[in-house]
Amino acid sequence: MRFTHSIVTAPATGMRRATSPHIRVGSRILLLPFVSGLNVATPPAQIPNKVAAKVPDSSTARNDPGKNIGPSLGTPRRHYAENAVELLNVSYDPTRELYREINAAFAAYWEGKAGAIVTIRQSHGGSGKQARAVLDGLEADVVTLALAYDVDEIARRGKLLAIDWQARLPFGSAPYTSTIVLLVRKGNPKRIRDWDDLVRPGITVITANPKTSGGARWNYLAAWGYALSRWGSESAAQDFVRRLYRNVPVLDVGARGATTTFVERGIGDVLITWENEALLAVKELGQARVEIISPSVSIVAEPPVAVVDKVAKKHGTEAVARAYLEFLYTDRGQEIAARNFYRPRSRQVEKKYARQFPTISLFTVGNVFGGWTKAQARHFADGGIFDQIYQPGR
Amino acid sequence: MPHRVLPGFGLTLGFTVLYLGLFVLIPLSTIFVKAAGLGWHGFWTTVTAPRVMAAYRLSFLCAFYAALVNAMFGFLVAWVLVRYSFPARRVADAIVDLPFALPTAVAGIAFATLYAENGWVGSRLIPFGVRVAYTQLGIVAVLTFIGLPFVVRTVQPVLANLEFEMEEAACSLGAGRWAAFTRVLLPRIWPALLTGFTLAFARAIGEYGSVLFIAGNMPMRTEIAPLLVMAKLDQFDFQGAAAISAGMLIVSFALLLAINALQGIGRRQKP
Repeated sequence: MRFTHSIVTAPATGMRRATSPHIRVGSRILLLPFVSGLNVATPPAQIPNKVAAKVPDSSTARNDPGKNIGPSLGTPRRHYAENAVELLNVSYDPTRELYREINAAFAAYWEGKAGAIVTIRQSHGGSGKQARAVLDGLEADVVTLALAYDVDEIARRGKLLAIDWQARLPFGSAPYTSTIVLLVRKGNPKRIRDWDDLVRPGITVITANPKTSGGARWNYLAAWGYALSRWGSESAAQDFVRRLYRNVPVLDVGARGATTTFVERGIGDVLITWENEALLAVKELGQARVEIISPSVSIVAEPPVAVVDKVAKKHGTEAVARAYLEFLYTDRGQEIAARNFYRPRSRQVEKKYARQFPTISLFTVGNVFGGWTKAQARHFADGGIFDQIYQPGR
Repeated sequence: MPHRVLPGFGLTLGFTVLYLGLFVLIPLSTIFVKAAGLGWHGFWTTVTAPRVMAAYRLSFLCAFYAALVNAMFGFLVAWVLVRYSFPARRVADAIVDLPFALPTAVAGIAFATLYAENGWVGSRLIPFGVRVAYTQLGIVAVLTFIGLPFVVRTVQPVLANLEFEMEEAACSLGAGRWAAFTRVLLPRIWPALLTGFTLAFARAIGEYGSVLFIAGNMPMRTEIAPLLVMAKLDQFDFQGAAAISAGMLIVSFALLLAINALQGIGRRQKP
């Protein structure tokens, strides 16, 4: 029981992001067999603090969750006591810090309310990859992914949850939102003010490949929606987006890779990115290197959350899984989301953090694109508009 | 059936078949089974889409160039390591294997950092108009790194086993240095060199992790075929991904078979 608790409350805030990727890979390889051995064999009380504190890091998979937590390794679900439960939250990349804080808060809340010890394990990776892992048998009690499309696919293909999952929680099952902003170099040397500036000749724009990155799909749709609202026609929007991608010299596979290209490699004049990532980058790099430009119009990014019915039922975790997601909507959860740079749904909390979230005229995927499934089919499927932008001769 | 001197043929063959089946044939056949779901027409339109064709061309050509570079310079390295003794030779020998040990993604990141426009090497190449990172040249560079040990390690033992007397005999019979090299040495090393080339080539075709970081991944220009497979998977298009993989497998297998045949011819011609 003590061990269970130490996972949840392990004090590890911004540490993880600061380490370089290869060091992290190394430590994961070294630690994992060691740690999983401990989990099974050693009495919890004997675990040295240092190791216990590292547990959440090593058990969260960055690239291939199946390898670490997947059923292939057969990590047993442990029940230390009658009233101890374990949840697996399969999430996407940038929510690492957010859920670390949420998990600790929820564990305390749940212990007080239901008298049960809950351990929440996290898995992170690209949103599409994570959805695929769940489809392939990663037993997630809850998923908290980057776009509704990925959860839709889990519902449609895997039939692991009801197809109308989005109606089960308020705000289309998206307890927090973000938006797409522009990150530029210190002092904004290229004078980038709005989306228009991204298509100027000579400006280099960094964004990931929308075919492989959920985050990059939001970027694309934000640019499209801006052009649509500005010129009012689909063809103008397509032309705008084409010109924008002509200024993109490198298409990274994931959003984090694009951030690295911009920040570490020093390539590009502007990075299109999630507001929460931009705020985090500014916080970690300091104001000295980059600054955020909020465009006049942008998209509301609504990362959805859902209980994976079939898995939760099998594990008997339906109630706690639902409570976990509902906790995100409480003042406490909203405050944590805001502190981790996600825009809260609660007006009160939003007011409190108003300085962090400037007013941008926002549109949703629903209004402009008719929902994710439609947007996916029209823009990002093979032969879709994004592919047409890259046809030879254009 | 001729009598065999060594016993155990049935057992060892049985094990070989089982081993190849479990670790190679069965996993690979699932790709074809999955791709078969598309039907012949669907398969064909998937693999002949312009973007996929461009990716195939890029993957195979870059792998070929990288293997070629490795064949030439790997031979040179093996030559130096075998024929000359110099301080730190053992260290140099050990360095050759490093590309095997390093996670390839790390190699990709290191190359991208060095060869980017603001990188230590990249910034010095820019005045000459040479861009490495985010071009096809960058892909060849990192694939060369990945395949480096193969040629060295296949050529080295053969070179070490060649009797020095043969060259001396050739020279005493009136062959010049160049003739001794091309007529006496090279024919004996040729099979090993070709094996090394093939290994490096095959390894480079499927390389994914390191290339992503340096390629830039621009559709039609620097997008490798394995990346398209990943892109298909991200759209939950499992059959399309399997089709592209199957296409790669077929071409790779044909190429490897052709190189092996070439090697067989080379062996038969050996005096």
